[in-house]
Amino acid sequence: MPSSVHEILTGDILEHHTGLSVADLGRLCEVEDRQIVELVEEGVLTVLDAGAARWRFGGAELRRARIAVRLQRDLGLNLPGAALALELLDEIEQLRRAVQDAAR
Amino acid sequence: MQFKDYYAVMGLPRDATDAQVKQAYRKLARKYHPDVSKERDAEARFKELGEAYEVLRNPEKRAAYDRLSEHHRAGEEFRPPPDWDAGFEFSGAGPRAEGAAFSDFFESLFGAAARGGRPGRAGAERGADHHAKVTLDLESSLTGGARTLTLRIPEFDAEGRPVARERMLNVQVPKGILAGQTIRLQGQGERPAAPGAAPGDLYLEVEFQPHPLYRAEGRDLYLDLPVTPWEAALGATVKTPTPGGPVDLRVPPGSKAGGRLRLRGRGIPATPPGDFFVVLVISLPPAEDDAAKAAYRALAQALPFDPRAHLWR
Repeated sequence: MPSSVHEILTGDILEHHTGLSVADLGRLCEVEDRQIVELVEEGVLTVLDAGAARWRFGGAELRRARIAVRLQRDLGLNLPGAALALELLDEIEQLRRAVQDAAR
Repeated sequence: MQFKDYYAVMGLPRDATDAQVKQAYRKLARKYHPDVSKERDAEARFKELGEAYEVLRNPEKRAAYDRLSEHHRAGEEFRPPPDWDAGFEFSGAGPRAEGAAFSDFFESLFGAAARGGRPGRAGAERGADHHAKVTLDLESSLTGGARTLTLRIPEFDAEGRPVARERMLNVQVPKGILAGQTIRLQGQGERPAAPGAAPGDLYLEVEFQPHPLYRAEGRDLYLDLPVTPWEAALGATVKTPTPGGPVDLRVPPGSKAGGRLRLRGRGIPATPPGDFFVVLVISLPPAEDDAAKAAYRALAQALPFDPRAHLWR
């Protein structure tokens, strides 16, 4: 492994980056740029400034893109199916949190 | 290396049809997919499943595996005999969980060539990026600070069973990080294959352990604050814990249960900082002794109050 346990690593918060490009997301998700564009067209990913000539994404979109790509690849879902699953997963997460809060 | 029973992994009989193999894979994949499943060993199970499917879905690989398995049992010590695969041609790439190394058993039979490439464009020499989820205590975000994190990396042990290897990392948690955000550690991913090339990055997706006092919603923090009925009715100044230390909170007169008081900017110290919400919980004093009972009776006399009036309108 590149680091020893004793060394303290300092990272940065990806979401503070507002400059992820289509190519960045494609590289991090290991897919062609085309698939990232399709995720935007399906409404899975949100572009920061939709009017701009070059799309920019907030760091939070990386997680969504990766899940959508994995669901399509691993479960044989098509794009609308993956988008629906992602929305339902979001909803389950919200409900789970609400249940936890209610149980406190 | 031990012989793996791919049919057992997928819960299939030896004579399962292609359609049954596909159906079993789909069903188990939905059950164990790490993004969907809440099972603890889902990631390892999913990788094992992917490997079994990669063999059983492919007619050549399945035929070669079937011929081998006539002479071997699951768990048995195993070395592939020379020329075991003579007459079979393996081709095509299967579905692979990313970053997944298939087991030594698989690799020794079907080799790295059978893995199939993904359209990876990370550059041929750069090491792969790694991704992991980490659970932090809320304080690490409130104050920032070094934490020792244990990453669970699914892989296969010497016997070919899926296990989670643990990797310890000391990480300076950025102050103000929120649940769902990602810490990027540059150069902490996979080592590059070629000398001199850059290693990959490590991406840590953050979630918080439940905190005994506060709950986080995005950048805001919530505290349930118990108050007495008279504090709520008459107003009071109440000593209240906040992440920055105790404050004297003014509860306005006429406050109701569930009422929220906001302390602007005292939530998670993100940019911009979140707010701190105090949710009032009205706590009734017990009526255990005569004095308390007398006090409640006096209140009932003095205050004709019907909390159920709206039920009968």
